[in-house]
Order: sequence, then C-alpha cells, then structure tokens
Amino acid sequence: MRPFLVLICPVLLLLGLSYLLPFLGIMRLSFTDPVPGLAQYRTVAEDPLILSVIWRTLRICAIVTAVSVAAAYVVTLLWVRGRPLTRSIVELCIMIPFWISVLSRAFGWLSFLSNRGLLNTWLKDAGLIETSLQMTRNEFAIIVGMSHYLIPFAVFPLATAMRNLDERTLIAAEGMGASRLRIFWQVFLPMTASGILGATLLVFVFSVGFFVTPALLGGGQSVMVAELIYLWIFQTPKWGLAAAMSVILMLGVGSILVLLMRRYGRIAQ
Amino acid sequence: MTMLRPGRLATLITGLVALFLLMPLIAVVPVSFTSRRYLSLPDGNWSLRHYRALFEDPAWLDSFLTSVKVGTAASLIAVVLATAFCCGLWMLRPRFRGLMTGFVLLPMVTPPVVSSLTLYFFLTRLTQWNGIIAYDTLGGVILAHVVMIVPYAVVVVMVSLSQLDRRIDLAAQSMGAGVATRLFGVILPNIRFGLIGAFFLCFLLSWDEIGVTLFVTSVNTVTLPRQMWMGLRDNVDPAIAALSVVLIAVVTLVVIARALIQHRKSRRGT
Repeated sequence: MRPFLVLICPVLLLLGLSYLLPFLGIMRLSFTDPVPGLAQYRTVAEDPLILSVIWRTLRICAIVTAVSVAAAYVVTLLWVRGRPLTRSIVELCIMIPFWISVLSRAFGWLSFLSNRGLLNTWLKDAGLIETSLQMTRNEFAIIVGMSHYLIPFAVFPLATAMRNLDERTLIAAEGMGASRLRIFWQVFLPMTASGILGATLLVFVFSVGFFVTPALLGGGQSVMVAELIYLWIFQTPKWGLAAAMSVILMLGVGSILVLLMRRYGRIAQ
Repeated sequence: MTMLRPGRLATLITGLVALFLLMPLIAVVPVSFTSRRYLSLPDGNWSLRHYRALFEDPAWLDSFLTSVKVGTAASLIAVVLATAFCCGLWMLRPRFRGLMTGFVLLPMVTPPVVSSLTLYFFLTRLTQWNGIIAYDTLGGVILAHVVMIVPYAVVVVMVSLSQLDRRIDLAAQSMGAGVATRLFGVILPNIRFGLIGAFFLCFLLSWDEIGVTLFVTSVNTVTLPRQMWMGLRDNVDPAIAALSVVLIAVVTLVVIARALIQHRKSRRGT
C-alpha cells in the first residue's frame, strides 16, 4: 500500500492537521471559553444584540436570495433560449462581473452609490434632489452589493436545469394550443423547479457566511454574523462567543447542504 | 419554434439586470480620474495621479509581488497535492473514496468566515513553535491559501480524469508498467490540459482571496486584496479605482477573447 501513502495521504494529512484539528479546537473553545459548559451558546440565544444581528443576517440573506434567483432566472432564460447574438451578449454580462474581484465590485458600488458618487451626481444634475441621498452604510447597499455578487452563482444551476429540459414537452404544449404564458407557468417553470431550488439553496448558503461586501457597504452600521465574528476576534476578544457562533453557522449551512445533496441524489436516481 | 424564444418582457428585464451587473464596473472609471484624495468625480480636472500612485507607491508594488509569490506557490502546491490525491483514487480505487473526497472538499463548502477563524486559530498556535509557517508570514498565507484552493484543484483534476479512457491505463498495466510509469507516462500526459486549467483557476482564486487573508495577516505580509482592503476601510483611496479599472480591463479583454475563440471554434465545427 505504498502508493496509497505517497499519493492519497499528503492532502488528507494537510487538511487533517491544518483544518480539521483546529476546527475541533474551536469547537472545544465554544464550550470552555470563558465559562465551561453551554454558557456561550446561551448568550448567543439570549443576548438581544446578538439576536438582532442574527435576525438581520437572515432577513438580508432571504431578500438577497430572492432577488438574485429571480433576476438570474430571467437572465438565464435569455442566455439559454435567446438568439445567438443575445446569448453572447448575456454571457459577457454574466462572466465579466463573475471574474472580477469582490473588492473591486464593492468599490464600484461605493463609487456609484456614495454621497459624491455617480448616481447622486446624476440626480442632482437632473434637478431631482437637492441634498445627496444616503445610499451606502446601510442595508440597502449591502443587499445591492450581495445580489450583484451572487447573481452569476445563481445562473449556473438554473442554466443546467434549463438545458436539461426536454424540448419536446414545450412543442407538445404548443401543439395542443397552449398560450405562451400557459406554457411558461404550467410546463417550463415546474420543469425547472429543481434548478430554482438548487440556486436558492446555493445562494443562501453563500450569503450567510458573507463578510467582505457587508463590511464595506454596510460601513459598520449594519453588522452581519460574519462581521460580528470578525469583531469578536480582532476588536473585543471573545473567542468563546466567536467559536460558538461559528459552530452554529457551520451546523446551519451543513444541514442545508445535506438537504441539497439528498434532493439532488433523489433526482439523479 | 420562434414562438418559444423569450418575449419582450424577459428581454427588458434582462437588459435591466445586465445594466445592474455592469454598473459598478462603469462607475469606477470616472472616479479613477479624480484629482482629489477622496472618492469623488472629476469636476473638470481629470488627473492620472492615482494611476501613477500604483506604479510609484512601494506599498502597491510590494503587495503586487506578494500576491504573485503567494499565488504561484499556493497554486503549485495545491495542484500537486490534488493531482496526487485524484490519481491515487483513480488508480487504486481504495475504500471510502466518497468520504475522502468529501473531506477534501470541505473548505469549499464551509462558510468562509468559519474557515478564516479556523486557519487563524491554527496559525496563531503554530506561531508559538516556528517563525516560517506562522501568523502574518508568507509561509502562513501560502498554507492558508493551499487549504482554501485545494478543493477546486481536486474538482478540476477529477473532471479531467473522468474523461480519461481507463483502457489506456489497463493496456499499460497489462504490459507490466508499474505505478510510477502509469502515472508519469500514461495518466499525467493525458490530463495535462486539466492540470494547466487547475493551476490557472487556483492562481485566480488565490489572487482574489481576501476573507482568509484578512484573518491570517496583519502588516508584514500584505497581498494585493489586503492592500485594497486597507485603502477601502478607513477613508476610501481613489488609487483603488485606478487599480480596479486596470483589473476590470484585463478581465474584460480575456473574457471577450475567450468568447471570440470559442465562437470561431464552434463555427469551424459546424
């Protein structure tokens, strides 16, 4: 079994030592620091400030997921079923933002939405507003920035579902005299439901652990769970709370992923 | 069939979404030419000072070099580890393959902030033992990046292995080739494009990595995203606009070039 040792073991060893082991260490911290027992988890579940951050995170993530999946659905529709030229243009509009760094994108939104930014300048020049609208450092900016980041991720599972659709069902519906709207609502949409579910879970999982975009566009005003963990490590050291929150986050995301795999496993069978 | 193309409403919504997707990329362009020190639009005075700052300020240059070093080292290590792992699974077919693969993919599905905290915890503990692979060192960042990008390398290498014909390997085996010959003479040459693809994907991911880097570095090891973060956090530095314009231009050119090449290929194909 020497090839096994040389080929397969190194990566398992690396991840075991530098990822699994420290994660177990963090789990231990969540039960020991500063008070042994479940005190840290109790604080997370009872402290109104922490609860408001969790609630805000869930609310923002739900809105972002709904916006991203809905927007991505329409875009994917044109990407998969549009005319060749439309397809190429849509593909560029998805791929270019997808490959650009999350920092540049957040900065782009700051440039567009900030007090001296493009949008406020346009609105002032047009005489629509007198003083600048406050569009950064709030939940609105976070939702805009996160949706922008996540739309391309929602496109991919939707595109797979739309490409796998049996074209003949649409032709059959058309042949039997169904209207365009009816074909969409009663045939196309239900048949791509698995893609919608996949995109929804994927985007939600991604959005819950999001750190950079909320921290930059929220400007410290609308703190979300990931930023709270960061603050608990680097500003007011509370390792136990940060660890407990991480374990909770991990469990939540893990259970969604199990759900996703079960669902897709069943479809594959 | 023409009837089943998307209608006008869908086209209109897609247009709006496309505008939304491109808007921040457009908005940075005027800001990068401002003559002021803060985020603002140029009012008559267009200036190249922020572009000049990118080349003249040693902080930007150093962080660029750090990112290149970290990206190259982390990607090489990740691709070698991932290739060994995938080829090992493919040739030896050991038990618990699914479990092992799932374990290796873990950093990809874990929320980034949990990975960051884990690696920060790990590297601060290591700092007590050595100064090479430790918190806020080049070695530490490289290790953290390897952990984060190795799952992606595994996915790419696995996909290219799944397209490899097992009979080629069986033929080599029946003619008495050992594991090393099979690996270096048969399998690796056949998946070389997958390996190159894995390397580029890894480099890009490391190049853009900010979540973990933010946790495991402070002032001594500053990658390009980390430098951008520092300029974004306190008062917004328009040099970031200039840098973003450069990065956006590069990405746009590459994506369009790729689309054109694919377009030409598919045309030749039909």
